[in-house]
Amino acid sequence: MTWRDDWRRVRAIARKDVTTELRAKAGFNSVASLGVTILILLGLALGPDAEALRNASVGAVWLATLFSGVLAFNRSFQVELESGALEPLLLYPGPRWTIFAGKLLGNLIFLTLMVAIVVAAGIVLFGVQIPADWPSLIGVLALGVVGLVVLGTFYASMASRSRAREVLLPLLLFPMLVPVLLAATTASKALLGADVMHEAGAWIRLLVAYDLVFLIATFIAFEHVIEA
Amino acid sequence: MKPEGQLNSSSDRLRDPSAARPPRTSIWLAFVSIGAVIVAQTYAILTSPAEGDMGHLQKIMYVHVPAAWMTFLSFFVVFAFSVRYLWQRRENDDLLAASAAEVGATFNGLTLMLGMIWGRPAWGVWWVWDARLTSTLVLFLIFVGYLALRAFTDDTQQKARWSAAVGAIGALNVPIVYMSVKWWRTLHQPPSSPATLDPRYTMGLRLNAIALLLVMIYFIRKRYEIARLERATEHMAEAAAMGGK
Repeated sequence: MTWRDDWRRVRAIARKDVTTELRAKAGFNSVASLGVTILILLGLALGPDAEALRNASVGAVWLATLFSGVLAFNRSFQVELESGALEPLLLYPGPRWTIFAGKLLGNLIFLTLMVAIVVAAGIVLFGVQIPADWPSLIGVLALGVVGLVVLGTFYASMASRSRAREVLLPLLLFPMLVPVLLAATTASKALLGADVMHEAGAWIRLLVAYDLVFLIATFIAFEHVIEA
Repeated sequence: MKPEGQLNSSSDRLRDPSAARPPRTSIWLAFVSIGAVIVAQTYAILTSPAEGDMGHLQKIMYVHVPAAWMTFLSFFVVFAFSVRYLWQRRENDDLLAASAAEVGATFNGLTLMLGMIWGRPAWGVWWVWDARLTSTLVLFLIFVGYLALRAFTDDTQQKARWSAAVGAIGALNVPIVYMSVKWWRTLHQPPSSPATLDPRYTMGLRLNAIALLLVMIYFIRKRYEIARLERATEHMAEAAAMGGK
Protein backbone atom coordinates (compact mmCIF):
# COMPACT_ATOMS: atom_id res chain seq x y z
CA MET A 1 0.00 0.00 0.00
CA THR A 2 1.82 3.04 -1.13
CA TRP A 3 0.75 6.59 -1.52
CA ARG A 4 0.66 6.06 -5.24
CA ASP A 5 -1.96 3.31 -4.90
CA ASP A 6 -4.06 5.51 -2.64
CA TRP A 7 -3.81 8.39 -5.06
CA ARG A 8 -4.94 6.08 -7.86
CA ARG A 9 -8.02 5.12 -5.85
CA VAL A 10 -8.82 8.75 -5.16
CA ARG A 11 -8.52 9.61 -8.83
CA ALA A 12 -10.60 6.61 -9.88
CA ILE A 13 -13.50 7.59 -7.64
CA ALA A 14 -13.31 11.24 -8.66
CA ARG A 15 -13.15 10.30 -12.34
CA LYS A 16 -16.12 7.94 -11.93
CA ASP A 17 -18.20 10.70 -10.30
CA VAL A 18 -17.24 13.34 -12.86
CA THR A 19 -17.87 10.95 -15.74
CA THR A 20 -21.31 10.07 -14.37
CA GLU A 21 -22.16 13.74 -14.14
CA LEU A 22 -20.80 14.51 -17.61
CA ARG A 23 -22.78 11.69 -19.19
CA ALA A 24 -26.01 12.60 -17.45
CA LYS A 25 -25.55 16.39 -17.47
CA ALA A 26 -29.02 16.79 -15.98
CA GLY A 27 -27.58 17.08 -12.48
CA PHE A 28 -25.05 19.75 -13.29
CA ASN A 29 -27.36 21.72 -15.54
CA SER A 30 -30.15 21.82 -13.02
CA VAL A 31 -27.91 22.72 -10.09
CA ALA A 32 -26.16 25.49 -12.04
CA SER A 33 -29.49 26.80 -13.34
CA LEU A 34 -30.81 26.86 -9.80
CA GLY A 35 -27.79 28.94 -8.75
CA VAL A 36 -28.47 31.49 -11.47
CA THR A 37 -32.21 31.47 -10.66
CA ILE A 38 -31.48 32.27 -7.01
CA LEU A 39 -29.27 35.16 -8.17
CA ILE A 40 -32.07 36.53 -10.32
CA LEU A 41 -34.57 36.24 -7.47
CA LEU A 42 -32.18 38.02 -5.10
CA GLY A 43 -31.68 40.73 -7.72
CA LEU A 44 -35.43 41.20 -8.02
CA ALA A 45 -35.88 41.22 -4.25
CA LEU A 46 -33.08 43.72 -3.62
CA GLY A 47 -33.22 45.86 -6.80
CA PRO A 48 -33.68 47.83 -8.90
CA ASP A 49 -31.27 50.44 -7.49
CA ALA A 50 -27.95 49.68 -9.24
CA GLU A 51 -25.82 50.85 -6.31
CA ALA A 52 -27.70 48.64 -3.82
CA LEU A 53 -27.34 45.68 -6.16
CA ARG A 54 -23.60 46.21 -6.51
CA ASN A 55 -23.21 46.31 -2.72
CA ALA A 56 -25.21 43.12 -2.32
CA SER A 57 -23.48 41.28 -5.18
CA VAL A 58 -20.92 39.36 -3.10
CA GLY A 59 -23.46 38.16 -0.56
CA ALA A 60 -25.89 37.19 -3.33
CA VAL A 61 -23.28 35.13 -5.18
CA TRP A 62 -22.32 33.28 -1.99
CA LEU A 63 -25.89 32.57 -0.99
CA ALA A 64 -26.70 31.27 -4.46
CA THR A 65 -23.61 29.06 -4.24
CA LEU A 66 -24.56 27.67 -0.83
CA PHE A 67 -28.18 26.99 -1.67
CA SER A 68 -27.51 25.28 -4.97
CA GLY A 69 -24.27 23.60 -3.84
CA VAL A 70 -26.05 21.83 -1.02
CA LEU A 71 -28.06 19.88 -3.63
CA ALA A 72 -24.90 18.72 -5.35
CA PHE A 73 -23.42 17.14 -2.21
CA ASN A 74 -26.43 14.98 -1.48
CA ARG A 75 -26.50 13.89 -5.13
CA SER A 76 -22.95 12.59 -5.02
CA PHE A 77 -23.91 10.00 -2.38
CA GLN A 78 -27.50 9.51 -3.49
CA VAL A 79 -26.36 8.25 -6.88
CA GLU A 80 -24.33 5.56 -5.11
CA LEU A 81 -27.19 4.61 -2.80
CA GLU A 82 -29.84 4.39 -5.50
CA SER A 83 -27.87 1.82 -7.44
CA GLY A 84 -26.67 0.03 -4.30
CA ALA A 85 -23.10 0.93 -5.15
CA LEU A 86 -21.92 2.31 -1.82
CA GLU A 87 -21.48 -1.07 -0.12
CA PRO A 88 -19.38 -2.58 -2.93
CA LEU A 89 -17.34 0.63 -2.89
CA LEU A 90 -16.69 0.08 0.81
CA LEU A 91 -15.67 -3.53 0.16
CA TYR A 92 -12.85 -2.58 -2.18
CA PRO A 93 -9.42 -2.96 -0.60
CA GLY A 94 -7.56 0.11 0.51
CA PRO A 95 -8.12 2.74 3.16
CA ARG A 96 -11.56 4.29 3.52
CA TRP A 97 -10.28 7.86 3.43
CA THR A 98 -9.57 7.43 -0.26
CA ILE A 99 -13.34 7.21 -0.84
CA PHE A 100 -13.79 10.51 0.96
CA ALA A 101 -10.90 12.10 -0.91
CA GLY A 102 -12.30 10.88 -4.24
CA LYS A 103 -15.79 12.19 -3.50
CA LEU A 104 -14.22 15.43 -2.30
CA LEU A 105 -12.26 15.85 -5.50
CA GLY A 106 -15.29 15.04 -7.66
CA ASN A 107 -17.45 17.53 -5.76
CA LEU A 108 -14.70 20.11 -5.94
CA ILE A 109 -14.60 19.89 -9.73
CA PHE A 110 -18.40 19.99 -9.90
CA LEU A 111 -18.68 22.98 -7.57
CA THR A 112 -15.84 24.89 -9.23
CA LEU A 113 -17.62 24.71 -12.58
CA MET A 114 -20.89 25.71 -10.96
CA VAL A 115 -19.33 28.63 -9.08
CA ALA A 116 -17.73 29.85 -12.30
CA ILE A 117 -21.18 30.08 -13.88
CA VAL A 118 -22.78 31.69 -10.82
CA VAL A 119 -19.97 34.24 -10.47
CA ALA A 120 -20.13 35.13 -14.16
CA ALA A 121 -23.89 35.58 -13.88
CA GLY A 122 -23.41 37.66 -10.73
CA ILE A 123 -20.90 39.97 -12.41
CA VAL A 124 -23.30 40.56 -15.31
CA LEU A 125 -26.55 40.82 -13.35
CA PHE A 126 -25.27 42.91 -10.45
CA GLY A 127 -22.99 45.17 -12.49
CA VAL A 128 -19.77 44.34 -10.61
CA GLN A 129 -16.61 46.22 -11.63
CA ILE A 130 -13.73 43.74 -11.82
CA PRO A 131 -10.82 45.14 -9.78
CA ALA A 132 -7.16 45.10 -10.82
CA ASP A 133 -6.41 42.55 -8.09
CA TRP A 134 -8.75 39.90 -9.52
CA PRO A 135 -6.37 36.96 -8.91
CA SER A 136 -6.74 37.48 -5.13
CA LEU A 137 -10.50 37.48 -5.59
CA ILE A 138 -10.29 34.12 -7.33
CA GLY A 139 -8.08 32.88 -4.49
CA VAL A 140 -10.74 33.88 -1.94
CA LEU A 141 -13.40 32.12 -4.02
CA ALA A 142 -11.27 28.98 -4.25
CA LEU A 143 -10.61 28.88 -0.49
CA GLY A 144 -14.28 29.40 0.24
CA VAL A 145 -15.30 26.65 -2.19
CA VAL A 146 -12.81 24.24 -0.59
CA GLY A 147 -14.30 24.88 2.87
CA LEU A 148 -17.80 24.43 1.49
CA VAL A 149 -16.96 21.22 -0.34
CA VAL A 150 -15.04 19.63 2.57
CA LEU A 151 -17.88 20.00 5.05
CA GLY A 152 -20.59 19.52 2.43
CA THR A 153 -19.16 16.18 1.30
CA PHE A 154 -18.62 15.06 4.88
CA TYR A 155 -22.13 15.88 6.08
CA ALA A 156 -23.71 14.54 2.91
CA SER A 157 -22.14 11.14 3.62
CA MET A 158 -24.43 11.01 6.65
CA ALA A 159 -27.43 13.09 5.64
CA SER A 160 -27.92 11.27 2.32
CA ARG A 161 -28.39 8.01 4.24
CA SER A 162 -30.83 9.37 6.80
CA ARG A 163 -34.52 10.05 6.57
CA ALA A 164 -35.28 13.69 5.64
CA ARG A 165 -31.97 14.20 3.85
CA GLU A 166 -33.22 17.25 1.94
CA VAL A 167 -33.67 19.29 5.09
CA LEU A 168 -31.01 17.66 7.24
CA LEU A 169 -27.99 18.54 5.12
CA PRO A 170 -28.55 22.32 5.03
CA LEU A 171 -29.53 22.24 8.71
CA LEU A 172 -26.21 20.61 9.60
CA LEU A 173 -24.08 22.39 7.04
CA PHE A 174 -25.11 26.05 7.04
CA PRO A 175 -24.39 26.88 10.70
CA MET A 176 -20.98 25.25 10.28
CA LEU A 177 -20.27 27.43 7.26
CA VAL A 178 -20.78 30.73 9.08
CA PRO A 179 -17.02 31.47 9.24
CA VAL A 180 -16.63 30.68 5.51
CA LEU A 181 -19.52 32.94 4.60
CA LEU A 182 -18.23 35.81 6.75
CA ALA A 183 -14.61 35.47 5.65
CA ALA A 184 -15.34 34.99 1.96
CA THR A 185 -17.87 37.81 1.69
CA THR A 186 -15.89 40.31 3.78
CA ALA A 187 -12.62 39.56 1.99
CA SER A 188 -14.28 39.74 -1.43
CA LYS A 189 -15.97 43.04 -0.58
CA ALA A 190 -12.65 44.44 0.63
CA LEU A 191 -10.92 43.34 -2.57
CA LEU A 192 -13.68 44.76 -4.78
CA GLY A 193 -13.29 48.10 -2.96
CA ALA A 194 -9.47 48.18 -3.40
CA ASP A 195 -9.02 46.97 0.24
CA VAL A 196 -8.22 50.37 1.77
CA MET A 197 -8.36 48.88 5.28
CA HIS A 198 -5.96 46.01 4.38
CA GLU A 199 -8.32 43.56 6.03
CA ALA A 200 -8.54 40.96 3.26
CA GLY A 201 -5.28 39.32 4.36
CA ALA A 202 -6.58 38.44 7.83
CA TRP A 203 -9.76 36.93 6.37
CA ILE A 204 -7.77 34.90 3.86
CA ARG A 205 -5.64 33.51 6.69
CA LEU A 206 -8.84 32.60 8.54
CA LEU A 207 -10.13 30.78 5.45
CA VAL A 208 -6.86 28.87 5.10
CA ALA A 209 -6.95 27.87 8.78
CA TYR A 210 -10.61 26.84 8.55
CA ASP A 211 -9.99 24.73 5.47
CA LEU A 212 -7.01 22.99 7.08
CA VAL A 213 -8.74 22.32 10.42
CA PHE A 214 -11.80 20.78 8.83
CA LEU A 215 -9.88 18.94 6.14
CA ILE A 216 -7.95 17.12 8.87
CA ALA A 217 -10.97 16.66 11.16
CA THR A 218 -13.23 15.28 8.44
CA PHE A 219 -10.56 12.91 7.15
CA ILE A 220 -10.19 11.50 10.66
CA ALA A 221 -13.94 11.32 11.30
CA PHE A 222 -14.93 9.88 7.92
CA GLU A 223 -13.72 6.38 8.78
CA HIS A 224 -16.24 6.30 11.63
CA VAL A 225 -19.05 7.81 9.61
CA ILE A 226 -18.96 5.71 6.47
CA GLU A 227 -19.25 2.27 8.14
CA ALA A 228 -22.46 0.60 7.07
CA MET B 1 -30.36 -18.91 10.15
CA LYS B 2 -29.75 -16.31 12.77
CA PRO B 3 -27.61 -13.21 12.58
CA GLU B 4 -24.97 -14.28 15.08
CA GLY B 5 -23.26 -10.98 15.67
CA GLN B 6 -26.37 -9.02 16.54
CA LEU B 7 -27.83 -11.64 18.84
CA ASN B 8 -24.60 -12.03 20.73
CA SER B 9 -23.94 -8.35 21.15
CA SER B 10 -27.41 -7.67 22.52
CA SER B 11 -27.50 -10.65 24.85
CA ASP B 12 -24.02 -9.74 26.11
CA ARG B 13 -25.36 -6.40 27.09
CA LEU B 14 -28.29 -8.03 28.83
CA ARG B 15 -26.04 -10.29 30.83
CA ASP B 16 -23.90 -7.40 31.99
CA PRO B 17 -25.72 -6.31 35.16
CA SER B 18 -24.44 -2.72 35.04
CA ALA B 19 -25.76 -2.31 31.50
CA ALA B 20 -29.12 -3.90 32.25
CA ARG B 21 -29.81 -1.76 35.29
CA PRO B 22 -29.28 1.92 34.55
CA PRO B 23 -28.13 4.15 37.41
CA ARG B 24 -30.90 5.75 39.41
CA THR B 25 -30.63 9.48 39.89
CA SER B 26 -31.62 10.00 43.48
CA ILE B 27 -34.41 12.41 44.20
CA TRP B 28 -32.33 14.42 46.66
CA LEU B 29 -30.30 15.82 43.79
CA ALA B 30 -33.51 17.32 42.43
CA PHE B 31 -34.39 18.88 45.78
CA VAL B 32 -30.86 20.12 46.39
CA SER B 33 -30.54 21.74 42.96
CA ILE B 34 -33.97 23.39 43.03
CA GLY B 35 -33.32 24.48 46.62
CA ALA B 36 -29.93 25.91 45.59
CA VAL B 37 -31.59 27.95 42.83
CA ILE B 38 -34.14 29.37 45.27
CA VAL B 39 -31.49 30.24 47.87
CA ALA B 40 -29.06 31.71 45.32
CA GLN B 41 -31.72 33.78 43.57
CA THR B 42 -33.11 35.08 46.85
CA TYR B 43 -29.64 35.95 48.10
CA ALA B 44 -28.67 37.68 44.86
CA ILE B 45 -31.88 39.69 44.59
CA LEU B 46 -31.84 40.78 48.23
CA THR B 47 -28.16 41.74 48.44
CA SER B 48 -27.52 43.42 45.09
CA PRO B 49 -28.17 47.16 44.98
CA ALA B 50 -29.85 48.73 41.94
CA GLU B 51 -27.24 49.14 39.23
CA GLY B 52 -26.32 52.66 38.08
CA ASP B 53 -27.37 52.48 34.43
CA MET B 54 -29.69 49.52 34.38
CA GLY B 55 -31.38 49.60 37.77
CA HIS B 56 -32.98 46.34 38.79
CA LEU B 57 -32.79 45.12 35.22
CA GLN B 58 -29.32 43.91 36.16
CA LYS B 59 -30.90 41.04 38.14
CA ILE B 60 -31.52 39.14 34.90
CA MET B 61 -27.77 38.61 34.89
CA TYR B 62 -28.12 36.04 37.69
CA VAL B 63 -29.78 33.61 35.31
CA HIS B 64 -28.52 34.83 31.93
CA VAL B 65 -24.80 34.65 32.67
CA PRO B 66 -24.74 31.29 34.53
CA ALA B 67 -27.01 29.82 31.83
CA ALA B 68 -24.47 30.90 29.19
CA TRP B 69 -21.67 29.26 31.19
CA MET B 70 -23.69 26.05 31.52
CA THR B 71 -24.34 26.09 27.77
CA PHE B 72 -20.64 26.03 27.03
CA LEU B 73 -19.96 23.53 29.80
CA SER B 74 -22.55 21.07 28.53
CA PHE B 75 -21.31 21.39 24.97
CA PHE B 76 -17.84 20.67 26.26
CA VAL B 77 -19.31 17.50 27.77
CA VAL B 78 -20.80 16.68 24.35
CA PHE B 79 -17.39 17.18 22.73
CA ALA B 80 -15.51 15.10 25.30
CA PHE B 81 -17.91 12.17 25.26
CA SER B 82 -18.32 12.25 21.48
CA VAL B 83 -14.56 11.96 21.05
CA ARG B 84 -14.42 9.20 23.66
CA TYR B 85 -17.25 7.38 21.91
CA LEU B 86 -15.41 7.44 18.57
CA TRP B 87 -12.30 6.22 20.32
CA GLN B 88 -13.71 3.48 22.55
CA ARG B 89 -17.19 2.87 21.08
CA ARG B 90 -18.97 2.55 24.40
CA GLU B 91 -22.70 2.99 23.97
CA ASN B 92 -23.08 4.86 27.27
CA ASP B 93 -20.76 7.63 26.10
CA ASP B 94 -23.07 8.23 23.17
CA LEU B 95 -26.12 8.41 25.42
CA LEU B 96 -24.36 10.77 27.80
CA ALA B 97 -23.26 13.06 24.96
CA ALA B 98 -26.80 13.14 23.60
CA SER B 99 -28.24 13.93 27.05
CA ALA B 100 -25.74 16.75 27.51
CA ALA B 101 -26.63 18.10 24.05
CA GLU B 102 -30.32 18.28 24.90
CA VAL B 103 -29.65 20.01 28.21
CA GLY B 104 -27.09 22.30 26.60
CA ALA B 105 -29.53 23.30 23.87
CA THR B 106 -32.10 24.12 26.57
CA PHE B 107 -29.65 26.34 28.44
CA ASN B 108 -28.60 27.83 25.11
CA GLY B 109 -32.17 28.75 24.28
CA LEU B 110 -32.63 30.19 27.76
CA THR B 111 -29.47 32.29 27.39
CA LEU B 112 -30.65 33.69 24.08
CA MET B 113 -34.18 34.46 25.29
CA LEU B 114 -32.99 36.15 28.49
CA GLY B 115 -30.33 38.04 26.56
CA MET B 116 -32.97 39.45 24.24
CA ILE B 117 -35.24 40.40 27.15
CA TRP B 118 -32.23 42.15 28.72
CA GLY B 119 -31.05 43.72 25.50
CA ARG B 120 -34.37 45.33 24.61
CA PRO B 121 -34.42 47.82 27.54
CA ALA B 122 -30.62 48.04 27.92
CA TRP B 123 -29.65 48.58 24.28
CA GLY B 124 -33.05 49.52 22.84
CA VAL B 125 -33.08 46.56 20.45
CA TRP B 126 -33.92 42.88 20.76
CA TRP B 127 -30.97 41.77 18.77
CA VAL B 128 -27.57 43.07 17.69
CA TRP B 129 -25.15 41.28 15.39
CA ASP B 130 -22.40 41.21 17.96
CA ALA B 131 -19.82 38.44 18.33
CA ARG B 132 -21.11 36.78 21.45
CA LEU B 133 -24.80 36.91 20.51
CA THR B 134 -24.27 35.69 16.99
CA SER B 135 -21.91 32.89 17.92
CA THR B 136 -24.26 31.75 20.70
CA LEU B 137 -27.05 31.61 18.14
CA VAL B 138 -24.85 29.71 15.68
CA LEU B 139 -23.92 27.29 18.46
CA PHE B 140 -27.62 26.77 19.09
CA LEU B 141 -28.18 26.01 15.40
CA ILE B 142 -25.24 23.58 15.31
CA PHE B 143 -26.74 21.60 18.15
CA VAL B 144 -30.24 21.78 16.69
CA GLY B 145 -28.65 20.06 13.70
CA TYR B 146 -27.06 17.50 16.04
CA LEU B 147 -30.42 16.70 17.65
CA ALA B 148 -32.20 16.63 14.26
CA LEU B 149 -29.63 14.15 12.96
CA ARG B 150 -30.36 11.90 15.93
CA ALA B 151 -34.08 12.21 15.38
CA PHE B 152 -33.83 11.33 11.69
CA THR B 153 -31.51 8.32 12.03
CA ASP B 154 -33.04 4.96 12.96
CA ASP B 155 -30.09 2.61 13.33
CA THR B 156 -28.71 3.07 16.85
CA GLN B 157 -25.10 2.34 15.87
CA GLN B 158 -25.24 4.75 12.96
CA LYS B 159 -26.94 7.34 15.12
CA ALA B 160 -24.19 7.06 17.72
CA ARG B 161 -21.29 7.27 15.26
CA TRP B 162 -22.78 10.07 13.20
CA SER B 163 -23.83 12.24 16.08
CA ALA B 164 -20.45 11.74 17.76
CA ALA B 165 -18.74 12.99 14.59
CA VAL B 166 -21.14 15.92 14.28
CA GLY B 167 -20.77 16.74 17.98
CA ALA B 168 -16.98 16.72 17.88
CA ILE B 169 -16.67 18.67 14.64
CA GLY B 170 -19.41 21.10 15.67
CA ALA B 171 -17.65 21.87 18.94
CA LEU B 172 -14.40 22.37 17.03
CA ASN B 173 -16.12 25.09 15.06
CA VAL B 174 -17.25 27.10 18.09
CA PRO B 175 -14.01 29.07 18.62
CA ILE B 176 -13.69 29.67 14.86
CA VAL B 177 -17.24 30.98 14.64
CA TYR B 178 -16.65 33.20 17.66
CA MET B 179 -13.42 34.64 16.22
CA SER B 180 -14.87 35.26 12.80
CA VAL B 181 -17.97 37.01 14.10
CA LYS B 182 -15.82 39.02 16.49
CA TRP B 183 -13.68 40.30 13.65
CA TRP B 184 -16.80 40.97 11.69
CA ARG B 185 -18.34 43.17 14.36
CA THR B 186 -18.31 43.77 18.09
CA LEU B 187 -20.60 45.70 20.40
CA HIS B 188 -21.34 43.55 23.47
CA GLN B 189 -20.43 44.88 26.90
CA PRO B 190 -17.39 43.09 28.31
CA PRO B 191 -18.45 39.65 29.51
CA SER B 192 -19.79 39.57 33.04
CA SER B 193 -17.51 37.52 35.24
CA PRO B 194 -16.53 37.93 38.88
CA ALA B 195 -13.37 39.68 37.68
CA THR B 196 -15.16 42.46 35.75
CA LEU B 197 -17.99 42.90 38.18
CA ASP B 198 -18.62 45.22 41.11
CA PRO B 199 -17.85 43.07 44.20
CA ARG B 200 -21.40 43.60 45.49
CA TYR B 201 -22.70 41.43 42.65
CA THR B 202 -20.07 38.70 42.53
CA MET B 203 -21.29 36.52 45.39
CA GLY B 204 -24.78 36.35 43.91
CA LEU B 205 -23.39 35.44 40.51
CA ARG B 206 -21.14 32.74 41.95
CA LEU B 207 -23.95 31.21 44.02
CA ASN B 208 -26.27 31.16 41.02
CA ALA B 209 -23.59 29.57 38.86
CA ILE B 210 -23.24 26.78 41.42
CA ALA B 211 -27.03 26.40 41.62
CA LEU B 212 -27.42 26.16 37.86
CA LEU B 213 -24.48 23.76 37.71
CA LEU B 214 -26.40 21.46 40.08
CA VAL B 215 -29.51 21.83 37.92
CA MET B 216 -27.49 21.00 34.83
CA ILE B 217 -25.97 17.91 36.44
CA TYR B 218 -29.41 16.79 37.59
CA PHE B 219 -30.95 17.30 34.14
CA ILE B 220 -28.13 15.50 32.32
CA ARG B 221 -28.19 12.60 34.80
CA LYS B 222 -31.94 12.26 34.59
CA ARG B 223 -31.93 12.42 30.79
CA TYR B 224 -29.08 9.92 30.68
CA GLU B 225 -30.98 7.58 32.95
CA ILE B 226 -34.04 7.75 30.68
CA ALA B 227 -31.87 7.17 27.61
CA ARG B 228 -30.33 4.12 29.26
CA LEU B 229 -33.76 2.73 30.12
CA GLU B 230 -35.00 3.32 26.57
CA ARG B 231 -31.95 1.59 25.18
CA ALA B 232 -32.32 -1.34 27.58
CA THR B 233 -35.94 -1.73 26.45
CA GLU B 234 -34.83 -1.75 22.82
CA HIS B 235 -32.21 -4.41 23.51
CA MET B 236 -34.75 -6.60 25.32
CA ALA B 237 -37.29 -6.24 22.52
CA GLU B 238 -34.56 -7.08 20.03
CA ALA B 239 -33.47 -10.14 22.00
CA ALA B 240 -37.07 -11.29 22.36
CA ALA B 241 -37.69 -10.84 18.63
CA MET B 242 -34.62 -12.93 17.92
CA GLY B 243 -36.12 -15.70 20.05
CA GLY B 244 -33.63 -15.20 22.87
CA LYS B 245 -34.27 -14.90 26.58
